[in-house]
Amino acid sequence: MKTFIGIDLGSTTTKAVMLDENCEVLGRGITNSRSNYETAAAVAKQEATVAARLHLFRRGLNARGLGGDTETLNAMMADLERNFRLEQFLEQLQDLQDTCGGFVTPERFHGKEADAKAALDTVFERLRGEAPGMFAPDAARKSDFFRDIAGSRFMQIGEEVAKETGLGFDQLLNVYDKSIIDVENRPPAGGMSAKFQRALDRVVADSGLVMDPEKATEAMAEAMDTQLEETYVVGTGYGRVTLPFPKEHIRSEILCHGLGAHMMFPGTRTVLDIGGQDTKAIQVDPAGIVENFQMNDRCAAGCGRYLGYIADEMNMGLHELGPMAMKATKSVRINSTCTVFAGAELRDRLALGEKREDIVAGLHRAIILRAMSIISRSGGIDPQGEFTFTGGVANNEAAVTELKKLVNENYGEVTINISPASIYTGALGAAEFARRATAN
Amino acid sequence: MTQNAQQEIVKEPSMLKQKAMIAGNYDKLTSAPETGLKVAATYVPGNLNELIMCFDMGNNLPEINAINNGMRKKSGGMITEAEKLGHSEDVCTYVKADVGMMAKGNIAPNGKALPVPDLLMLSYTGCFTFMKWFELLRDQYGCETAMLHVPYEGDGVITDNMRDYVVKQLKEEVIPKMEKVSGVKFDIDRLREYMRNSAKAEDDLVWVLESAKNKPSPIDAYFGGVYYIGPIFSAFRGTEDAIDYYRMLRTEIEARLAAGKGPITPEGELDEEKYRLVVEGPPNWTSFRDFWKMFYEEGAVVVASTYTKVGGVYDQGFRHDPDRPLESLAEYCLGCYTNRNLPGRVDLIEKYMKEYQADGFLINSIKSCNSFSAGQLLMMREIETRTGKPAAFIETDLVDPRYFSAANVKNRLESYFQMIDQKRRGGGSASTAA
Repeated sequence: MKTFIGIDLGSTTTKAVMLDENCEVLGRGITNSRSNYETAAAVAKQEATVAARLHLFRRGLNARGLGGDTETLNAMMADLERNFRLEQFLEQLQDLQDTCGGFVTPERFHGKEADAKAALDTVFERLRGEAPGMFAPDAARKSDFFRDIAGSRFMQIGEEVAKETGLGFDQLLNVYDKSIIDVENRPPAGGMSAKFQRALDRVVADSGLVMDPEKATEAMAEAMDTQLEETYVVGTGYGRVTLPFPKEHIRSEILCHGLGAHMMFPGTRTVLDIGGQDTKAIQVDPAGIVENFQMNDRCAAGCGRYLGYIADEMNMGLHELGPMAMKATKSVRINSTCTVFAGAELRDRLALGEKREDIVAGLHRAIILRAMSIISRSGGIDPQGEFTFTGGVANNEAAVTELKKLVNENYGEVTINISPASIYTGALGAAEFARRATAN
Repeated sequence: MTQNAQQEIVKEPSMLKQKAMIAGNYDKLTSAPETGLKVAATYVPGNLNELIMCFDMGNNLPEINAINNGMRKKSGGMITEAEKLGHSEDVCTYVKADVGMMAKGNIAPNGKALPVPDLLMLSYTGCFTFMKWFELLRDQYGCETAMLHVPYEGDGVITDNMRDYVVKQLKEEVIPKMEKVSGVKFDIDRLREYMRNSAKAEDDLVWVLESAKNKPSPIDAYFGGVYYIGPIFSAFRGTEDAIDYYRMLRTEIEARLAAGKGPITPEGELDEEKYRLVVEGPPNWTSFRDFWKMFYEEGAVVVASTYTKVGGVYDQGFRHDPDRPLESLAEYCLGCYTNRNLPGRVDLIEKYMKEYQADGFLINSIKSCNSFSAGQLLMMREIETRTGKPAAFIETDLVDPRYFSAANVKNRLESYFQMIDQKRRGGGSASTAA
């Protein structure tokens, strides 16, 4: 079947969306952008393909009358995906272990190679052992990216093992640092069908689903064998020019976000996108065509990175900031719009005895205030039209709460749309541009 | 930057002539200590070059020096120098480049020191910063100052009263001061002669600027335009040299037009004109070539710009008039672009959008230039409403290299060009549950 792919190469994450000819989303994929956009694009695309295969499998099950009611089917699909992720994680873990092994050299370990090898084997054995738990139904992961999960666990387990074996943790860490770059810049190996099949087997065995295994396998084989022809690819985002794309395959993220938001919510007239390094306010017409836009100028204050920086300063995960801010009982006023100065203000407020959650709430307000200024410069929000909030920060509950409050104060009652897939807005617009490029 | 961008700009005879004229003026100024030439310093808007020539004085323009230093990548160090002297980050960067240039010995592009001016001639107050700038210079040099107060066109018209007020100042303040400084007696017939020359050059300049009404336009009226206005905005208006230059330029553009050619860019001729733009605001000088490239690489041609009107709005009919010499100098100062009120500027831009069949309107906003930037977003909205054409807003600086963020500017421009494309095609709705 023909597919149309949009890839949004952001400064923090790279997203891909795959559409079919009927403009239906087949799959979405996301990965961290790393220093290599080409790999990031390949991985995001592969992730979207994985999602597309799952989607096709679901279609196949429906067509065969398998899977029961929607709820059961949803649960099973979620299980299947989790198990597939686990399979994928284990495969990458093996790759990481093999790569680490290659760095265990006499120059590095001076005769203690065998000890180092054994220590690494122990570390990876434990990592593998806890992997199913990490991908269990209700497990909370700080991140979904291999580097983040494997990295944080390696730190902890590696230190324990180093202590037990009397090896220097620094040496193990050094081997890890060298290896992770290689592994990360290698898109996960093929053999997708086998992984899916193993995952399916686990799901069927674990869930006790009443499902004809033969028919399920047949649906799986069909989903796997469907040719996903990459008919047209459009790239957008900051890394777009580094992609090996011809010029006509590149669209500005302003246009992609405008169109993507229109596709998600056709009533959209104003879009606010807060991404990693820029914040943009876009006005679109009833067809999703950009009429006007404004972006942050010269500095990244008020962008996703601002929150990333604050999270680092507070030694927290980015995803933990929003929930912490939601616990605030008041919002501490943060005057600085400069990312670096905000760090100084943060420490100052902590020293004055303010609570962390109240300060974090104030920081969320600060970035939304900045966004409000950009919105007003782009032409404001027409309460007759809908307002769509996109980008990674749209997943942050505290930011959304603050935005709703300020939009209401400034523009009155406005319909505010936030899609759970908002981070894919730019990639969705790009995919639609790809589809239109061949349709015209 | 690609290898191509580093190639030398294609030089036409008029470009070589202008280069020689500018070099000649710097030589004339820097040799003042030996020749005894008296020197006036003045600004591009309200530049009374014909009058300065009547007193056998040289004309040194600090703004032009700042632009020159910006384009030669020297302004950054000069600005830092001025900041060391206590000038804050928000001060007009032309001022800081000039103050820093002085601190570093006031060295002209020919490697020789510019002389201390004998007269600071403030003949324009459409920019309030000019007054403060000369206040600093007067403190530094301790030289004579002549000040001409030019009333703002608040109601969008030049009244008889306004003109008479400026003429009175010319007669009673400025001319006597110039006679005193130069030791030369004022001769109104000499002024008439220079003004006759000015009008000739102005006719050809207007022809060149209006050639952009053709499709494709044979010129870029912003990036090329800033070169075209060079002689008439600086020390050459009223000279035979300026007449020759504009005659030569016009002949070259006539040939381009006849051959159906587009504008010349630093990398050769533009093959395809994809977007016709009207631009408001000065260009960035420190990354001028890179900035220009972002346009011509995408096939964008500026067909009209307001910046090329800062030193005189000739395309709306004004000419220096030898029969009314002082009145016409007064009207010249009163009519400069930044002395016009916002509705007047909007009307002019709207006219350009229509007459030049532009696809869009772009504002390059300069943070440290209030006389240009105040009200620009409102102007943009108004133009969008009146013309229905897409507009965009970018921000850079005049000569502070720290305030040019190439990736950001390029990103916005590319988005803008694609936005124009999308509008042209009319798009088409598509929605999906996502």
